[in-house]
Amino acid sequence: MAGVTLRNVRKTYPGGVDAIKGVDFEVGDGQFCVLVGPSGCGKSTLLRMVAGLETITSGEIDIGGRVVNQVEPADRDIAMVFQNYALYPHMSVYNNMAYGLRNRGMAKPEIDKRVREAAQILEIGPMLDRKPKQLSGGQRQRVAMGRAIVRQPKVFLFDEPLSNLDAKLRIAMRVEIRKLQRRLNTTSIYVTHDQLEAMTLADVLVVMNGGVVEQIGNPLDIYQKPATTFVASFIGAPPMNLTPFKPGDASVPVPGNTGGILGVRPEDLTLTTGSAPDGGVRYDLTVEAIERVGAETFVYGSRNGAKDAVAVSAKPGELPPGEIIVRLPGQAAPAIGERIVAVAPRDKLHIFGTDGRNRIEL
Amino acid sequence: MVENEGLQRYVAHAILWIGIAIVAFPVYLAFVASTQDNAAIANGHMSLLPGGHFIETYYKTLFVGSSGTTREPVGTMLLNSLIMALSIALGKIAISILSAYAIVFFRFPFRMTVFWIIFITLMLPVEVRIYPTYKIAADLNLLDSYSGLALPLIASATATLLFRQFFMTVPDELLEASRIDGAGPFRFFKDTLLPLSRTNMAALFVILFIYGWNQYLWPLLITTRDDMQTIQVGIRKMIVTSDALTEWPVVMATSILAMLPPVLVVIVMQKLFVRGLVETEK
Repeated sequence: MAGVTLRNVRKTYPGGVDAIKGVDFEVGDGQFCVLVGPSGCGKSTLLRMVAGLETITSGEIDIGGRVVNQVEPADRDIAMVFQNYALYPHMSVYNNMAYGLRNRGMAKPEIDKRVREAAQILEIGPMLDRKPKQLSGGQRQRVAMGRAIVRQPKVFLFDEPLSNLDAKLRIAMRVEIRKLQRRLNTTSIYVTHDQLEAMTLADVLVVMNGGVVEQIGNPLDIYQKPATTFVASFIGAPPMNLTPFKPGDASVPVPGNTGGILGVRPEDLTLTTGSAPDGGVRYDLTVEAIERVGAETFVYGSRNGAKDAVAVSAKPGELPPGEIIVRLPGQAAPAIGERIVAVAPRDKLHIFGTDGRNRIEL
Repeated sequence: MVENEGLQRYVAHAILWIGIAIVAFPVYLAFVASTQDNAAIANGHMSLLPGGHFIETYYKTLFVGSSGTTREPVGTMLLNSLIMALSIALGKIAISILSAYAIVFFRFPFRMTVFWIIFITLMLPVEVRIYPTYKIAADLNLLDSYSGLALPLIASATATLLFRQFFMTVPDELLEASRIDGAGPFRFFKDTLLPLSRTNMAALFVILFIYGWNQYLWPLLITTRDDMQTIQVGIRKMIVTSDALTEWPVVMATSILAMLPPVLVVIVMQKLFVRGLVETEK
């Protein structure tokens, strides 16, 4: 059992591209850490650096109190699950799991015991003699996990392991991975671009963008208090409504208003006929589109008289200028073209500086 | 697939049968000739049905030989050709798979240069470089030896290229998984890459065996001793007789015998061969 610590880790590719621009964080013993971010943010590179598949340009990676910068992947005491499973196509399921143990010179009875144990945990016992191509996607995923489990490593590394599965299976496997990790109590680092996976799996959530860490913390803390507009729009679906405001804008209740960006989550907005609650915010909207997904309804409205509003530069799920999403419970919704008023109370507002950082606490 | 009905199908089959007959008839004729009396062939009264000299001719061909021309039994030639073709096929596969492994999976200086140099040798088949190659073989004392027959034909850009293309389709994750599983370069090659290349190797083996078996010019140059002749060279020698009657039954029997090994190789390896050419799943 061991934790993983990254100290000012950087990665510069030979072409001069900075993939990782100085990352520090710590994953405690037995914790489940999820790296999340849009594609190209460096999360996979970072994971591969922990695995030893990419060299570290500078900084230190420490696994269980040992700096592993120069240690071969096989000697780092880690196990990795790949997105495409990377099972050996010519080996049976049994041999796929046993291969790493054999290479380490483990005794046959011990290998057999571990493989059968893992197969039992993952319920792939009847498939031990089959070849990977005779298995379904979900079963291959289990075998890939089995290969990691039998090693009994200090750290599990997952590189988007569920992306190749269909939506239903993904949810089922997600829960299973979480249960398994709790049961084995092994430190894990998990990379995903799916914010839902990130929220549900993580003890520690690391939101990355452009090779830097935007925010680290408990998933719910990050959801409730995103540090930057990037985090605010990346975590949560549909994304947070972000609207820039000018210094002295009276409609935004900030003390000593010097301009910035105002964020309100779609679910914090309510439709009303009256005025905004004290210290809250009020949007006058014209309904543009409605999405009914059953349990809830998303109303897309454009702000009256704000057609020329400036967009906020937070990339993921960026809204067109002046568009606001309101999430309503149930299926009742206004008609398209109707004028509505949406309000949010003061304690649900998120205020950021003009650069999208520097969250201001109200 | 279009479902062919009635007449159309018979026509198609008839055309196919005619094609088969055109290809197979000369082979049949050669077999028939090999079982006849030489005199009957020489005076043009050859029957189209097998004659009664089958055992006699084949025994003579295999174990005695045509005394006037090749002076060695065809059995020896068959063995020589077999050794040469096998050495060329296996040697080519071994060398190309290793060089392709180096080119695809290792980062070393001038990697691409090396690749292009190998690639360029495609333009230099034996026929083009025959004099320098002969000179080198002679200087190395390789004349009249099996190594002399096989070695100069072993280096192969085609096979290297084929393995390179195949290796490039092997997902990187497989290599990475191997590294995490504690397999070094040698283990990865032996445990993962070789088993995955099995069908490719089989397909190449068929092609290269036939290539080696059919060599004519090089064995003709490099061998002078009778007991080092290959069968392709032998057939030719048997036909050209200046002052005696060509022993046609022996020549035909030799031709039939020369055809058998490649046919056997194709039949035995057929399944793997086809899979090697069409296989895409990894």
